[in-house]
Amino acid sequence: MELFDILVSATFWAAVLRIASPLIFATMGELICERAGVLNLGIEGIMVAGAFAGWIAVYAGLPLWGGVAVAFGAGVAFGLLHGLLTVPLGLSQHVAGIGITMLATAATYFAYRVALPEVSSPPKITAFQPTGWAVLGSQTVLTWAALATVAVTGWVLWRTPLGLALRAAGENPAAVEAQGLPVHALRMGAVAVGSGLMAVGGSFLTLSAFNSFFFEMVNGRGWVCIALVVFGAWRPGRALLGALLFAGFDAFQIRLQQTSLGAGLPYQLFLAMPYLLSVLALVVMSRRTEVPAALMTPYNKGER
Amino acid sequence: MRLEAIEAPGLARRLGLPAAALAATVLVAAGLAAIAGGNPLDVLGQIVQGAAGSKFARLETLNRATPLIFTGLAVAVAFRARLWNIGAEAQLYLGAVATVVIGTQSGLPGPLVIPAMAAAAVVAGGLMLLGPTLLKTRLGVDEVVTTLLLNFVVLLLVGYLLEGPMKDPMGMGWPKSPSLPAEARLPRMAEGLRLHWGFGLALICAAGVWLLQARTTLGFEMRAVGANARAARFAGMPVNAVLVKTALISGGLAALAGFSEVAGMKGNLTADISPGYGYTGIVVAMLALLNPLGVVVSALFVAGIFVGADSMSRQAGVPSYIADILLASALLFMVAALKLSRFRIVRG
Amino acid sequence: MAEILRLDGITKRFGPVLANDDISFALNEGEVLALLGENGAGKTTLMNILFGHYMADAGTVTVAGTPLPPGQPGAALEAGVGMVHQHFTLAGNLSVLDNVMLGTRPLFSLRAGRRAARARLAELSGRFGLAVDPDARVADLSVGERQRVEILKALYRDARVLILDEPTAVLTPQEVEALFATIRKAVAQGLAVVFISHKLGEVMAVADRVVILRRGAKVAEMRSAETDRHRLAEAMVGAEITPPDVPPAVPGEVLFRLDRVSTAGTPGLRAASLALRAGTITGIAGVSGNGQRALADLLSGLEVPVEGRAELMGAGLGIWSPRRAVGAGIARIPEDRHATGAIADFDLTGNAMLEDYHRPPMSRRGWLDRRAARRRAEEIIARYDVRCPGPATPIRLLSGGNMQKLILGRVLEAGPRIILAAQPTRGLDIGAVTYVHRQLLAARARGAAVLLISEDLDELRALSDVIHAIHDGELSPAFARGEITVKELGLWMAGQGGRDAA
Repeated sequence: MELFDILVSATFWAAVLRIASPLIFATMGELICERAGVLNLGIEGIMVAGAFAGWIAVYAGLPLWGGVAVAFGAGVAFGLLHGLLTVPLGLSQHVAGIGITMLATAATYFAYRVALPEVSSPPKITAFQPTGWAVLGSQTVLTWAALATVAVTGWVLWRTPLGLALRAAGENPAAVEAQGLPVHALRMGAVAVGSGLMAVGGSFLTLSAFNSFFFEMVNGRGWVCIALVVFGAWRPGRALLGALLFAGFDAFQIRLQQTSLGAGLPYQLFLAMPYLLSVLALVVMSRRTEVPAALMTPYNKGER
Repeated sequence: MRLEAIEAPGLARRLGLPAAALAATVLVAAGLAAIAGGNPLDVLGQIVQGAAGSKFARLETLNRATPLIFTGLAVAVAFRARLWNIGAEAQLYLGAVATVVIGTQSGLPGPLVIPAMAAAAVVAGGLMLLGPTLLKTRLGVDEVVTTLLLNFVVLLLVGYLLEGPMKDPMGMGWPKSPSLPAEARLPRMAEGLRLHWGFGLALICAAGVWLLQARTTLGFEMRAVGANARAARFAGMPVNAVLVKTALISGGLAALAGFSEVAGMKGNLTADISPGYGYTGIVVAMLALLNPLGVVVSALFVAGIFVGADSMSRQAGVPSYIADILLASALLFMVAALKLSRFRIVRG
Repeated sequence: MAEILRLDGITKRFGPVLANDDISFALNEGEVLALLGENGAGKTTLMNILFGHYMADAGTVTVAGTPLPPGQPGAALEAGVGMVHQHFTLAGNLSVLDNVMLGTRPLFSLRAGRRAARARLAELSGRFGLAVDPDARVADLSVGERQRVEILKALYRDARVLILDEPTAVLTPQEVEALFATIRKAVAQGLAVVFISHKLGEVMAVADRVVILRRGAKVAEMRSAETDRHRLAEAMVGAEITPPDVPPAVPGEVLFRLDRVSTAGTPGLRAASLALRAGTITGIAGVSGNGQRALADLLSGLEVPVEGRAELMGAGLGIWSPRRAVGAGIARIPEDRHATGAIADFDLTGNAMLEDYHRPPMSRRGWLDRRAARRRAEEIIARYDVRCPGPATPIRLLSGGNMQKLILGRVLEAGPRIILAAQPTRGLDIGAVTYVHRQLLAARARGAAVLLISEDLDELRALSDVIHAIHDGELSPAFARGEITVKELGLWMAGQGGRDAA
C-alpha cells in the first residue's frame, strides 16, 4: 500500500503546507483585488519580482523580515502601476495585467544581471528555519503568516466597514460613489495591498522554501492562483481549502513519482498535473455565479 | 478626476500620444542603460546599429521578425474578436511538432511535403485553441487563464516528446527531434540571401488577414463580435461559431510560426525554439493596434529591438533583458496613449 | 420655513454642449419642489453637480447656509442631501443592511456596528412606512422594495433634503400612491423633497412648487396651485403637446400567437397567451423586470419556449434564433439601443447592415459589397431623417434619437409584418418620441402587427388597441382600448388583477 503510506507520512503533510504557503499569500492577494473589481494578471510577474526583491534584500544584509517587507513593497509598486492603468485610466485589465507580468519579469531578470553581473550560479542566503514548535514544527514562521493572512483577509472583508466598501466596489461601484466613498482609491488600495501579498508569496520561495533565486522559479504559480480564486468562489476560506487540496495533490504526485506505480509514467505528466488540475478547477466551478458583479468593469465617475 | 470622451479627436492627439508613448519607451531605455552603467546614447546607438546597421543585421532582424509576424497576427485576429488568446506559445509549439511529424514521417514526395507540413501545423494550432474556446463559449471559463495554463502543459508535452517518442537517435542524447530532410526545408527567398520563405508566407498571411477582416462577411462578424457581442447576437450573428472560426484561424497562424521556425530556420525541433514569441506576439499586436498590416511593421520594430539589444549587450555589457523591459513598457505606454487619444482627463 | 438648499447660477458645459445654463432655485424645509423637464433638459447634470460628481463651470450650491465645496462627492451627503437615483445605486449581492451601512462609518474602524445599525434601520422603517427585510439580498427584492432601500439609505444618513430622480418610472400606479404617502410623511417631519420628473400629472399631484428646465436653462418657476398641466407642458417643451392622432384599427389575421408559453430564466414567461393581429398595436404594461425582457427576447429569437406553443403566421417556430426571426419578417427594436441595438464603434454603414450583411445585396459568397452597404445607409439616413455627418460616422457620436431612427430604418425598410418595439421611446426627447410614435402608427396602418412594450402608461394607453399587463412573467387577459382604467391596470401590474376588481 504505497499510496496509503504516502498519505499518512508526516513529511507529506509538511510538504503540503510548504507547497501551499506561497499559493495562499498570492491567492489572498488576487482575491482582494478581484473582490474590489480588478482582475490582476500581473500576479505571475509580481511573484517573480517579490521572490527576487526579498532575496536580494536579505543577500544585501537586511534581516529576513526586512526581505519580506522589501518584497511587499516591490509588489505594492507594481500593484500601483497596474491600478493606475486599470482604475482611473480604465484600460483592459487583461492587457494591462499581461503587460505588468512581462514588465515585472523582465525588470527582475535585468536587475538580477545588473546586481550580480559576475556570478555563474546565484548566491545562497540563510532562509527562515523551521520553528520546531509543537504543532507543525517543520514549517517556518512564514507558513504561519500565510495562514494568518487568510484569517485577516476574511475578517477585514466581512467584518469591517472597509471590507464592506471594498466588496461593494467590486459589486457596484456606483453604489459606493453614491455613498460618498472614493471608488478609485478603494480599488487602487486593494490592488496595491493585494499585489504586495502576491510578492510576499513569491518571496516565500526564496526566503523559506529555497534559499536562493532562480529564473523560472515561479513557473506559472501565479496563473494557478487565479484559478484558485475562482475555485474558492472568491471566499478566503474556500480558497485556502483549494490551495491545500492543490498542494496536497502536488505533494502526492511528487511522492507518487518515486513509487513503482509512478516510475512507469513520464515525469512531465506529473509536472503538468498542477496546470491541468487548475483548468479542471475552472471547468468545475464554471457554472457558479458568485463572481463579483463589477469584476473587470472600469468605473468612471458620473457614468451609470 | 474622471475620463471624458472626446467626440472627434484631432490628428495631433491621435498621432502625438502614440509618438509620446514611443518617446517614453526610449527614455526608459536610456534610464536602464544608465542604471546598468552604460552611456545611454551609446547604448541606444548600439541597439539601432545592431538592428539595422548592416546587411547582416537587417537580415537577422527580418528573420527574427518572421515568427513574430505570425504570432502577432494570431493575437491580432483573436483580440479583434475579443477572444483573449494568450496561448500562442503553445500553438506555436504544437505547430512545430506537427511540422516535424509530417516532415520526417509522411514520406510525401518533395513538392507536397511542405504544404502538408504547413497544413498539419495549422490544424494542430487551431485545435489547440479550440479547447479553451469551447470552454469559453459552452461553460464561460475565462480563456485567458486556460490558454496561459496550457502553455505550460504543452511545453512539458514537447519536453516529453523530445526525450521519448520524437527523440533523435543520432542526437547524442540531446533532447531534439530528427532533422527534416532537405526537400522539407523552406527554400531561401533569393539565391545567396539568408532569408527563407517563411518571411514571404508571413507577409502573405498579413495581407490575407487584412482582406479577411476588411472585405468578408466572416471578418465583419469577427469585428462585430469583438466590438459588441450582445449586439452581434441580437442581430443574428452566430457568435459562438464566429469565435470558434476565429480560434481556428488564430491558432493556425500561431502554429505557422512554429512551422516557419522549424522548416525555415532550425531544421529540427528543440524545446527552446521559441524564446517567448507567443507572448511577444501580444506586444506586436497591441503596438499595431490590432491592424494586420501594422503587425508587419511592429514585428520588424520588436525584432529590431531584440536583435539590437543582443548585439548591444555583447559590446556594452548592458543585459539584453533591457529589450524585454522596453517591449513591456512600450505595450503599457501604448495602451495608455490610445486610451488618452480618445478620452481626456478632467477634474470633476 | 427656513431655506435649506440653494443653487445659484449653475453652469456646465460638455464640449460644445451647454448642459446647464445659469440655473438658480431655492428649496425650503417642509416643501416638495418638482424639477420638470424632458429628457436631455439638463436635470441629471444638475444633480450630478449638486452631488459633486461633476464640477460646475460656474455657480454655487448652498446647503443650510453653507456653500458646498465643488467636486467632492461626499460633501452633499455630509451636509444632509440624499439622492435616490433613477438607476438604483445598490449592490445586488449584498444585504439591505449592508447597502444602508455602506460608507456610514469611518473606513478604518475595526467594528462594523451592525447591531446599532439594525435597530436604527428598523426605527426609520417604522417612522416613514418603508417596510423592508434588513437581511434580504437586494437582488431578490422587487423594484418597489429596492426604491424603499434607496430612500432608507438617505434617511439613515440624516438627510434633510431628499432628491428623487424619476422615482415613479418603475412603479405601479398603486406603488406610486404609496411613494407619495412617504413623501408627505417626510415633508411633515420637516424634510424637503426635490421630485425630478417629466410626468405632468405626478408633478401636479405631489409638488408645492415647480421649476421647469428646457435645453439646460430654467424657463419657468410656478406654484403648482397656480398653474395647470397645459401651462406646465407648454413651458416644458416650448409648445403645446399634441397627442398622436390614432385612427380606428382595422384588425386582420393573427400573425403571432403565444398559447400558454413559458420560458426559462428568471423572470421568464409563465403560461403566457397572446395574439398579435395585423393592423393592431398590442401594448404590454408592467413594472420593469416582470418578464418583459423574456417576451421581447422570445419575439427577437434569443429565447425559445420551454412549454406551450408559439405560432408564427400559423406555423410553429421551428429552430428559433435571431436570424430566423429576422428572416420571418419580424422587425425588432430592442430595449437597449446602445448595448443591443447598435455597435457603438461601427459606423452607420456597418450598423445599417448588421441584420442582413450575410445575403445579397450586402454580400455575395462571403464577400462584402461595400458600395451596396453604403448606398443602403445613405437611403436610411435620407428617408428616416437621421441627422449625422455621413454614413462613415461612428454611431456612438449620434444622439439617442438619431440612433433610434437608424435602427427604425434598418428594421422597417423591408416592410415587416410583425414589429417588436421594446421601450422604443425611453430616453428620447419629445421630437424623437413623436417620430417613433408616427412610425409605429404608419406600420399599423399598412397592416403590420405591433407589440409595444413600455413602462410609460400614457404612451401605452394612447397607442395600444389591445393591452396586457405583465406581472412576474404572467400576462393578464387582453383588454381592448378604453376597456380598463389606470387603477385596474395597476392592480394587474401588481399581480392582483381580477381579484378585487374595484
